[in-house]
Amino acid sequence: MSTKSYQAGVKEYRDKYWTPDYAPLDTDLLACFKVTGQPEVPREEVAAAVAAESSTGTWSTVWSELLTDLEYYKGRAYRIEEVPGDTESFYAFVAYPIDLFEEGSVVNVLTSLVGNVFGFKALKHLRLEDIRFPIAYIKTCGGPPAGIQVERDRLNKYGRPMLGATIKPKLGLSAKNYGRAVYECLRGGLDMTKDDENVNSQPFMRWRDRFEFVGEAIQKAQQETGERKGHYLNVTAATPEEMYKRAEFAKEVGSPIMMHDFLTGGFTANTGLANWCRENGMLLHIHRAMHAVIDRHPKHGIHFRVLAKCLRLSGGDHLHTGTVVGKLEGDRNSTLGFVDQLRESFVPEDRSRGVFFDQDWGSLPGVFAVASGGIHVWHMPALVTIFGDDSMLQFGGGTQGHPWGNAAGAAANRVACEASVKARNEGREIEKESRDILTEAARTSPELAIAMETWKEIKFEFETVDKLDVG
Amino acid sequence: MGNFETTQTLETFGFLPKMDQNEIQAQVAYILANGWSPAIEHEHPSRAVDTYWTMWKLPFFGETDLGHVMAELEACHRQFPDHHVRLTGYDNYTQSQGSCFVVFEGRS
Repeated sequence: MSTKSYQAGVKEYRDKYWTPDYAPLDTDLLACFKVTGQPEVPREEVAAAVAAESSTGTWSTVWSELLTDLEYYKGRAYRIEEVPGDTESFYAFVAYPIDLFEEGSVVNVLTSLVGNVFGFKALKHLRLEDIRFPIAYIKTCGGPPAGIQVERDRLNKYGRPMLGATIKPKLGLSAKNYGRAVYECLRGGLDMTKDDENVNSQPFMRWRDRFEFVGEAIQKAQQETGERKGHYLNVTAATPEEMYKRAEFAKEVGSPIMMHDFLTGGFTANTGLANWCRENGMLLHIHRAMHAVIDRHPKHGIHFRVLAKCLRLSGGDHLHTGTVVGKLEGDRNSTLGFVDQLRESFVPEDRSRGVFFDQDWGSLPGVFAVASGGIHVWHMPALVTIFGDDSMLQFGGGTQGHPWGNAAGAAANRVACEASVKARNEGREIEKESRDILTEAARTSPELAIAMETWKEIKFEFETVDKLDVG
Repeated sequence: MGNFETTQTLETFGFLPKMDQNEIQAQVAYILANGWSPAIEHEHPSRAVDTYWTMWKLPFFGETDLGHVMAELEACHRQFPDHHVRLTGYDNYTQSQGSCFVVFEGRS
């Protein structure tokens, strides 16, 4: 029985949406926002506004509110915390009841949590730092089409990171010449190669021609090496219909894997494609073009750990995570924090890694972490240490820039990787002893010796823009 | 300029020189230290690409003796000198193989 009466007007958000005594339920979806309010608006009011605008609230009271039980449906700001080393911003924790979200739809979750609220005038900046998905919600999501364990079994790769390369130059090659570059990498010792994200179906190389030549390159490399190979055929397209057409053909030419760009393509397309891959026994590699637009500013946008969690729910078997050591942005602890979210079945709260909540992934398969961008043989021991075996290490320039060509470059990387893994297993500290380990391995591999000589001076040492918040 | 010949390789550690006795032991020790179950399989090189190779006995569940695993590897190699012999470390937590590499290559 309703006891309220309707009073038109504008109320303070905190009257309804600031609930510091609330104990979140196991089924609640929890979010942590880094909030930078306009000066002189109290923190509780700003936090409550975020909770309201990302759930049931609007700026004015409306009569139809009284037709439902908003106490059940509303989001609640339940905690405020200081941001270490920052007096301007604070963390606001919000709990959302699970019934606010459609089952199996990260699209719906994001539309609410990072929708209109981000343009709200009372805020200077807003950043979604983390989401705790309740296990009840995770169970409604399909997740990775195959997952780490199944991919290893299909490709027969055990006890080491997998090795790949993005084919270069990334634009302008004809399909046949492109297939040549793929074949050379695969015969030389890489496990897989990758279409650059920019390669879709341009005039210089239409997708069908590329798929045919690459398919032949994979088959030939497999026959000659006796190892299992693949190439991520990029099926990202202008329309879902076209995407599925390309996916069908990628399967037909015999590649075990294809790829999609989940942010530019969108979560709807991505989830659909992941379902298609699951039904068709195909692996799915996920690129993340546009992520830095969303995640790099330390006070506004969405942290990549949230995008990574959403991708694991939407579906993908590989996801780019940055390299820590290469040419692209990425703090080590922060990267390890979201790499855990991709691969583990349970990740405990750990502020030193930017993890704000315990996260139970239940039985959702794991996603390989992909390190790609400006890495070469000298980085190998560090990469094996940072990313471990359940990773895909991709050397584009670091393979195809080898003075003897792609096959020799591939062999150099494979030798460096296996030497690092072998030394790690022997109990050596491979990051510290990297020079010795690589030098020893190069004695029996002229390809590695030349690679080490070629890239000995290349470093990328710039300050990280988006650092973890520490005092 | 170098010329890179394509060769048949046998997945993990296929690009490293043949391991000596001590190096093999170190890898066995790594499997045992992780609590994985060592297992031995063998197959004729002509069928090396198959998923399933023939098992040499059952996996050595609960094994802690490095010397025993080494002796079984040797015994398998002696009985099937023309077969590849590989060692797997079964990880029952991930339901995968924490390690897998060919210890002896068959005479072909």
